[in-house]
Amino acid sequence: MTDPRRRALPLRAELRRQLTRRRTRVTAALLAALPLLLVGAFALGDDDPGAAPTFVDLAQVGAANLTVFTLYASAGFLLPVVVALVAGDAVPSEASWGTLRYLLTAPVPRGRLLRAKLFVAAASSLVVLVGLAAWTLLVGLVAYGGAGYRDPTGARLDWSAFAPRLLVSVLVLWVLLGFVAGLSFLVGVVTDAPLGAVGSAVLATVLSSILDSISALGSLRQALPTHYLFAWGQLLRPDPDVEEVLTGCLWSLLYATVLLTAAFWHFGRKDVLS
Amino acid sequence: MRAARAFAAWVAAGLVAGALVVPAGSARADDPGSVHEQDLQVLVGPEVDGTTVSLDTSVFAPADDAGRHAAIVLAHGFGGSKDDLTDQARELAGDGYVVLTYTARGFGDSGGLIHLDSPDYEVADASRMIDLLAQRDDVEMDAPGDPVVGIAGASYGGALALLTAGLDDRVDAIVPAITWNDLGQALFPDGVFKQWWASLFTQGALAAAARDGGSSKQERSPDGLEDLLCGRFAPDVCRLFQRATRTGRADAAARRYLRASSPASVVDDITAPTLLVQGEQDSLFGLDQADRTARALADAGVPVAVRWIDGGHDGGAGLTGQSAGTGAEDWFDHYLRGGPDPGTAFRLALPAPALGATDPDEVQAPDYFERDLTGLRLGGRDQPVLAPAGGEPAAITSIPGTGPLLGQAVTASGQGLALAALPGQSATFDSEPVRSPMTVAGAPTVQLSITSSTTDAVLFASAWIVDADGRASLPRQLVAPMRLSGIVPGAAQRVEVTLPASAYRLEPGQRMRVVVSATDLGFAVPDDARVYRVGLADSTLTLPTVRTVPVGGGPSVPVPLLVALGLAVLLALVAGLVGRRRARSGTVPVGNAAVLEVDGLVKEYRNGFRAVDGVSWRAERGQVLGLLGPNGAGKTTTMRMLVGLIRSDSGEVRVLGQRVTPGAPVLREVGCLIEGPGHLPHLTGRANLAAYWAATGRPVAEAGLEEALQIADLGAAADRPVRSYSHGMRQRLGIAQAMLGLPELLLLDEPTNGLDPTQIRGLRSVLQRYADAGRTVVVSSHLLGEVEQTCTHVVVMHRGRVVLTGAVDELVAGDGEARRHLEEIFMGLVGDDPTAQVTR
Repeated sequence: MTDPRRRALPLRAELRRQLTRRRTRVTAALLAALPLLLVGAFALGDDDPGAAPTFVDLAQVGAANLTVFTLYASAGFLLPVVVALVAGDAVPSEASWGTLRYLLTAPVPRGRLLRAKLFVAAASSLVVLVGLAAWTLLVGLVAYGGAGYRDPTGARLDWSAFAPRLLVSVLVLWVLLGFVAGLSFLVGVVTDAPLGAVGSAVLATVLSSILDSISALGSLRQALPTHYLFAWGQLLRPDPDVEEVLTGCLWSLLYATVLLTAAFWHFGRKDVLS
Repeated sequence: MRAARAFAAWVAAGLVAGALVVPAGSARADDPGSVHEQDLQVLVGPEVDGTTVSLDTSVFAPADDAGRHAAIVLAHGFGGSKDDLTDQARELAGDGYVVLTYTARGFGDSGGLIHLDSPDYEVADASRMIDLLAQRDDVEMDAPGDPVVGIAGASYGGALALLTAGLDDRVDAIVPAITWNDLGQALFPDGVFKQWWASLFTQGALAAAARDGGSSKQERSPDGLEDLLCGRFAPDVCRLFQRATRTGRADAAARRYLRASSPASVVDDITAPTLLVQGEQDSLFGLDQADRTARALADAGVPVAVRWIDGGHDGGAGLTGQSAGTGAEDWFDHYLRGGPDPGTAFRLALPAPALGATDPDEVQAPDYFERDLTGLRLGGRDQPVLAPAGGEPAAITSIPGTGPLLGQAVTASGQGLALAALPGQSATFDSEPVRSPMTVAGAPTVQLSITSSTTDAVLFASAWIVDADGRASLPRQLVAPMRLSGIVPGAAQRVEVTLPASAYRLEPGQRMRVVVSATDLGFAVPDDARVYRVGLADSTLTLPTVRTVPVGGGPSVPVPLLVALGLAVLLALVAGLVGRRRARSGTVPVGNAAVLEVDGLVKEYRNGFRAVDGVSWRAERGQVLGLLGPNGAGKTTTMRMLVGLIRSDSGEVRVLGQRVTPGAPVLREVGCLIEGPGHLPHLTGRANLAAYWAATGRPVAEAGLEEALQIADLGAAADRPVRSYSHGMRQRLGIAQAMLGLPELLLLDEPTNGLDPTQIRGLRSVLQRYADAGRTVVVSSHLLGEVEQTCTHVVVMHRGRVVLTGAVDELVAGDGEARRHLEEIFMGLVGDDPTAQVTR
């Protein structure tokens, strides 16, 4: 007989628990609407013929540019919120429904419960990011056509160079959001409050961004969890600064490891009172 | 009054913004307490009229008395004072240098007049300061009277550093920043007067004079108006500027004077290793000025390194000296104290890319003096260029001294070219598109053919970047003037034109556009109207390019971060292993006894409340055991400990002989309902049971879903979402969920909550049948009658302790007397305790 502890809360079961939620569907619908909203907003705006090309103008060059713009516009706030929701709400939502105690006595070992939830949250975040990029490419293709990527300096990347870079950028962005996921997961596990989990991660993101804009902090800012949140953009430049990407990813992994270790440590020992 | 002074200070500071910066390394350990500061007045050479002059001086020395230290003289910019340098001086002193700062003559609280870094005055003053250092007993000496000393300064102070190094061979290293090589050439490039900057220059000194007027020790000449016009300029310098401003030309006397104040005149005598820091955002002292100095020094074999920073007299980042990373400290550390060799790599800043980063790219090339020449094919017909009478309207490329914002705004508006290439007054030539990316660093050159309607020509050339959409931008808003004289009207003249030196990246698809204009706002032009014809003498635009690597030499893995991450992962693994050991210890079977054994359980909450205090009891097969007690007796806390939700402080729980720990495998033999049911509100009752069973990871066949649904008695509601259920329906679903898989032990906490009498009766028979099949049921309740009717055995708890255990039949039978109710027994045990609220 296999150890039931290994088989408890199979990933498929956890995935079904999350996917059937209305929250998941609303979030997915909102994200799917984002590129459509952008295209609509661009269509409404007046074109100032004399003005220099802004990033917004560039977004309408083609599918590639619209995708990069969408990622860029959402990386600062929207995506952190979505990731915080996916990662932070996984445990406290069970607590608030009263199902956490029944999962634990099913029995699902506590470590196994967190691993399953974390894995599904991470995988869903990745699907969200890749899906957003792919869907925006499709929307852009219909709205603006398939011109190659053009960056604000005027450099161009054709599709064969752009497509793999975009994929890697999205993966890097996923890693860079590790801090947000780690923090919201930890707070969720500690407080059992879905709002606290998502709210604290968003608050930390905003606070860190504000501190990051204070140049007097100097190189201390590099340690801020959002300092490298846009480092993925490097990979879309003709001459990417790989070190910045690496540094950003390492910081994010470091934060995530520490926060998640704390989450597992705490959850393994806490009295479940929900 | 205060406001006016502040404004004057602001103007002066803005004018020589670059001068406020003296190259500084990033912050090092400096404890202000460890620096000894001393202010003094130093008597220097008198003015030409014999007036004595003393300079306002400060010395910052390390407070330790660990012998002698290398010395550094910091020189301020035009219009500034030694106060601009205090922070940097403290920092350097904290780093172990004796630092001397002083206010140059003609400025601030120092006496005397401005002679524009004249060898006879300002440079002699600097030598006097070196004498002063030589007399100190805390300064390292090369020889008696010859201290180990370096000089750093920006703009006015930078030229002073170069001139002093040329005229005083005691100087051991210098770091001149954003300064001139030849002042005449800088103010009259190719003979065209840089009028706007020159006016700002003199006005700045006047503003400074107005500000300092009250405190100046200098006696003023009786000629009040002259005094007002010249401020603290020496009369000869003042007259020189007035003549030049009037005529737009430098006469022989002016050229001679400016030449003497130029490092170019002494560069052959400089032996001190020199770090030249020049600003890319500088239309006053451009990159070409530092280039001349650098080449002369390199030809003479003097160690020289060049850094181009993202700043300059037109402002921009890097002016604060913090982000520029000019490397001055490393330079001095090596050449004054034998520290590590900083090398002579060529560092430059490229404009920030728009996406992702706001800081300019710091890159470096191995050797400043090695550039590749890349040719781009240019095209364009010969074009007539009209020079309007009076020079108005003038093309606008930049407004000197207003900082970088205006230029950025113009560039961002996309109207830059429209302002800079006025119709009819300019000729434009476009290149082929760039094919592969390149980094341009230096001055592009182009061969033009110029015909004039008169005997001379004044033109302004600039090199624009045009992107694929046809939008043009001018790197750093720089323009190069040229003057041709003594030419034959109507005859074409072939000229090699050097475009402004700058640094930028060219991407594939971009073009270069050469614009030749007859006017520029920043320069004086001839008053008469004339027409030029401008064409290409050669169709090649030659670009100096460098192969760059990011500063630090290519992408490297940030090792400290990697180590930190490794440690964090190790910590996580250790934490995981510790957790696993604890969990495994729970799986060891202890004895072989009852279905449920509770042994000495204690739980004290963090606030000190002892909810459960040494509880022991057991439940055997076939029993329906009632855990009875008033609210707050510790029933629910006990139930949570039974299934490992709460950690007990001492004691243990065994199910089928195995100790219960969080997530212990034996819990699969326990079904429970604790403190109300919990379901996924968005799923139906049926789907909830399925989802719960899926979480156990056991085969669906073992679940007995349909039987459980019958017990729940939901009817058609089983296929509606749980969020629409009544309290009773949820309760029944919760009980059914606990019975999934028919566990050996069923734990139900207040199971009759929300049920109507019929349902309670039904539940009673379900539980009895469950126990009759050889399983065990534990029911907690505060309803005494309920327990009496349902249970075979009872455990009574009060205030966290067990006060009674036994079979219900035996208890109610009494001691051979008439049958008693549990209530009586209970009240007898609890007495008049007001907290014991038990309902029948």
